[in-house]
Amino acid sequence: MDFQVVVLAGGTSETLSPLVSKDVPKALLPVANRPLLSYALDLLEASDLKDLIVVVEGQEAARLVGAWVSSAYLDRLRVEVVAVSEDLGSAGALRAISKRLTANDILVISGDLVTDVLPGAVAATHRRNGAAVTALLCSVPVSGPSDTASSSGKDKAKKPNRLNIVGLDKTKQFLLHIISGTDVEKDVRVHKRKIQAVGQMEIRSDLMDAHLYAFKRTILQDVLEQKESYRSIRLEVLPYLVRSQLRSAPSGGNGTTGDETGNSTVLSSGNLQCLSQHRVIAPSAFKQDVLSRSHGGHRCCAYIATKNKYCHRLNSMQSYCDINRDVIGEASHLSGYSFSAQNNIIHPSSVLGSKTTIGPHCILAEGSQLGDKCSVKRSVIGRHCRIGSNVKIVNSVVMNHVVIEDGCHIQGSVVCNNVQLQERAVLKDCQIGAGYIVTAGSEHKAESLARR
Amino acid sequence: MSQKKSRSRGGGGAAAPSGDDHDELARPPPLQAVLLADSFTLKFRPITLERPKVLLPLVHMPMIEYTLTWLESAGVDEAFVFCCAHSHQVKEYLERSGWAGKAGAGSMAVTAVESHDAISAGDALRVIYERGVIRGDFVLISGDTISNMSLKDALQEHMDRKKKDPLAVMTMIIKHSKPSILTHQTRLGNDEIVMAVDPETKELLYYEDRADNSHLYVTIDKDILTNNPTLQLHNDMEDCYIDICSPEVLSLFTDNFDYQHLRRHFVKGLLVDDIMGYKIYTHELRSGYAARIDNFRSYDTVSKDVIQRWTYPMVPDVISNRDCSESRLHRQGIYKASDVTLSYSAQIGANSVVGSATSIGDHCKVLNSVIGEGCKIGKNVLINGSYIWDNVIIEDGCKVSNSLVCDGVHLRAGAIVEPGCVLSFNVEVGKNVVVPAHSKVSLLPQPSNEDSDEELEYADTNSGITDSPPFSSMRSNGDQATVPSEDELGTSETGTCGVVGYIWTSGDTGILEEWRQSIAPIAKEKLEELQHAVCEDDASEDESNNPILPDKDGSSDSAVEDDDPFSKFEKEVEETFQRAMGGGVNRDNLILEINGLRLAYSLQHADCAGAVFYSVMKSALVAAQSTNDTLLKTTAEALGKWKDLLRNYTKTVDEEMEILLKFEEMCQETTKEFSPLFAKILPFLYDTEVVSEDAILRWAEEKEHADESDKIFVKQSEAFIQWLKEAEEEDDEEEE
Repeated sequence: MDFQVVVLAGGTSETLSPLVSKDVPKALLPVANRPLLSYALDLLEASDLKDLIVVVEGQEAARLVGAWVSSAYLDRLRVEVVAVSEDLGSAGALRAISKRLTANDILVISGDLVTDVLPGAVAATHRRNGAAVTALLCSVPVSGPSDTASSSGKDKAKKPNRLNIVGLDKTKQFLLHIISGTDVEKDVRVHKRKIQAVGQMEIRSDLMDAHLYAFKRTILQDVLEQKESYRSIRLEVLPYLVRSQLRSAPSGGNGTTGDETGNSTVLSSGNLQCLSQHRVIAPSAFKQDVLSRSHGGHRCCAYIATKNKYCHRLNSMQSYCDINRDVIGEASHLSGYSFSAQNNIIHPSSVLGSKTTIGPHCILAEGSQLGDKCSVKRSVIGRHCRIGSNVKIVNSVVMNHVVIEDGCHIQGSVVCNNVQLQERAVLKDCQIGAGYIVTAGSEHKAESLARR
Repeated sequence: MSQKKSRSRGGGGAAAPSGDDHDELARPPPLQAVLLADSFTLKFRPITLERPKVLLPLVHMPMIEYTLTWLESAGVDEAFVFCCAHSHQVKEYLERSGWAGKAGAGSMAVTAVESHDAISAGDALRVIYERGVIRGDFVLISGDTISNMSLKDALQEHMDRKKKDPLAVMTMIIKHSKPSILTHQTRLGNDEIVMAVDPETKELLYYEDRADNSHLYVTIDKDILTNNPTLQLHNDMEDCYIDICSPEVLSLFTDNFDYQHLRRHFVKGLLVDDIMGYKIYTHELRSGYAARIDNFRSYDTVSKDVIQRWTYPMVPDVISNRDCSESRLHRQGIYKASDVTLSYSAQIGANSVVGSATSIGDHCKVLNSVIGEGCKIGKNVLINGSYIWDNVIIEDGCKVSNSLVCDGVHLRAGAIVEPGCVLSFNVEVGKNVVVPAHSKVSLLPQPSNEDSDEELEYADTNSGITDSPPFSSMRSNGDQATVPSEDELGTSETGTCGVVGYIWTSGDTGILEEWRQSIAPIAKEKLEELQHAVCEDDASEDESNNPILPDKDGSSDSAVEDDDPFSKFEKEVEETFQRAMGGGVNRDNLILEINGLRLAYSLQHADCAGAVFYSVMKSALVAAQSTNDTLLKTTAEALGKWKDLLRNYTKTVDEEMEILLKFEEMCQETTKEFSPLFAKILPFLYDTEVVSEDAILRWAEEKEHADESDKIFVKQSEAFIQWLKEAEEEDDEEEE
């Protein structure tokens, strides 16, 4: 396929600190012991989209990502890693590399997308519809599958306070209206002429933009060039394209749109006037109005992921925990590992002490050691960790080379590389930055700790 | 007339559920229908001054005949015909045609319900409720509806839904019909409707018809969206005005005695006010025909549909209620009665109907027209797209195009009726007279006392005449193209040129809208004009939309709308306050009154604080003459006097903030006199404990990030804020 893929891999995101640092850019953040970016890249490879530009914010981060990509994907993908300056926004980053785009269609994917929706399917839809832009829409995650009764209860009580409003035509192919992040407290307003032009529009508030787009290159470049102030694809470029698509629709320029809609009065000759218009009304008026227009207008399409597809973006601490849990849990096919009969992965080189249990939905990577009477549930443990005795790890992520001494309890936390947890440290819902030392016997709850 | 022919109960047996699966009831309650034989509009005037709309012939048969026939075939056991205007005519018809009083097995019992003071569908339903005749679910339909749909599915859906959810009180039948982009109306001439339907449950969530089409946007309430993640916005649906209702609908009308219009009040009321959580559902008609004749254009369209047999079995040769003549279908959709006298050289074009005992002379041309019974048409007459009713005399050389010609009209030789005309009963048109397009001619003068209230019934004929001013003044309303002659038949018989009858000026719809709902097709020029307008719209929208995001301009608009009730509220508070100033009301009552107002406008407590404060300041401004010094003094006095009142509303920091914001707004916009004094009044507010230091500090904090223009007053009172801050710190220190 003549598609060029742009992966927006981000840089060192603030929201994910202390997990993300200068040494670990967001793209390389381990999710179930694999760099985040590998999920997107593997997905692209599976769709046979091998011409990639990976855009990374910041030179240093780009160097790290480049090094990793060239070692991991040598011979598999043609990847060009490009560094852009920070704080450009997604549209800004695209603008910066606009000159490098040559293919007819451009697939833009956010590097933090963890999904099993094949980009190839989106690309194919894009091609089939001859669209200017096709966006992947997925169901709004009901934040985290209900693991414990209490957490699910909380989720229900806390309704999202922002809504994405998406308007689709009746075939659910065309994107007619999009507003991201509307205040729930605000009424939704839809321009009447839009509805008039299409006759019927489905308004959905349970979909969100997954940050995977296919663009027609010329249109994308035009927009980026003309609208210099646009910074975000989701908030500005896409709504702009959607907004402008129906602009010349009603008149169409061909003068006789009236008879398409079945109003007898347009037909002036006597006999035709008498024809009952039932049959004339029948074909989708939208198709005639919008699709037949070859000049000027463009079409915005949507690819809606079915409910059973997994589609999440890793853009917050909460989503990091959720995605880790899902990837080793119910969306385990994403991890690329094969799980054992106990529904977990214990690397053969790891060492377990006596009476130590590793529950289902866990990953224990190579070279890690656990002492006696440990219990690990629904957690990821990275490479070469040394874990003492009587340690409990629940719902947590422990990265590589972490030392956990005896009697520690870790729950709902993320422990980065090279952290040392001294004896009897208790962590609950904490994030520990790389290289931090948690002192013996200390208790932390819902804190974010990092080395100064 | 003789007895009715026996009717087959097509589909009736299937529609009546065969109670074997019901244990609790031996026999299901009979299916009832309420038929409104009055549309409570004026659209068919002037014809309806003399004959009720439901009795107007549609391809030779009164409209009500179609409706009743359909109801019977759809399995309705009992129909109540509500008559209001011309009720005697309707009742007489029912008896004559054999509908009334017929209660044989397998046929529908028809009962007339009469009322003379109903002026709307709402009134009619209230009357029906009072009679207590409706015992179960019923079909609500107006007597001008032509349909051949099967009610079975819709009824079943309605019943099933009701079993699950007793709040589902109504099922509305809708039909796909895309309105024209140019004219924004459907082929029936109805205005477009925007509705939102839940695609799963088919619940109706939003309904908007043309009546409030002034704004460009469809606004969907936030609650609707939070409760329904998916909803379908339709612009391509037409309301068939066939509803299946639960008995609760009648009591709802009785409880809400201000409901008049079925859609505008009832449906909207249920959807917007959410009364008791009642719900309305829709049933989309996918096969079958249903249309309501609401205006001349739909009369035209439906007539053509009938001729083209879309309404089968409601077509001329299947049900003709006059026993004397069988009209037969010939090729090309031509229906001819057997005893038509047709000249050899006359030409009947496709899709035309000619009634019995009509004679058509040499070289006539009849195209796409319906000609009634007993008409005499001379030579060289051209009739195109017109509806000629019974006993019309058209002399040689006339031309009638796209017009409606009622019973007994006499067109003298050479008369030309231009498109869109309506010639009411017994009108005469003189030799070679041209009746200009879209004129409405009647022997009855146009009642001048009618206002634009479209809910009015057809005024009965008597009142129409007696209330009208003398003829001479009426005549001045006439169109300038023809001079109406005196209405004495004698004068016209002598051959004077002109028209016997009054030419009505176009009524409340206005000349501009005339083309929308007339029989005549829309003129080419008009369409071009509209097309042009659409293009221009496009261009202008382009410009307006470019710089701003849609949700941004949305917010600004909605702000304006939101403000409206608030400013009204403010005004009322001010008036109340002024009365209190005059000494009329004591303070407790004042608070009560203001609270009452607040509830009436459903506003927040904080809004009250702002409004009361505004009133107090306004009073100070009135008391002060002009100079700043006196203004400061009177303000201090007013605040001192009313501080208790204000404190009543400033219980939380938020409300205090509201006062500050209000004050700021006043200084900037409404009462600029205060602006130089802002910094001086602020400490006073603090001293009288109307606002606390917390509120002031928070206000200052919030303004820190605001625009420079917004900060003027913070800067003005910087010293005071500074002082407050220091005081606070001192407090803190002391505490430590």
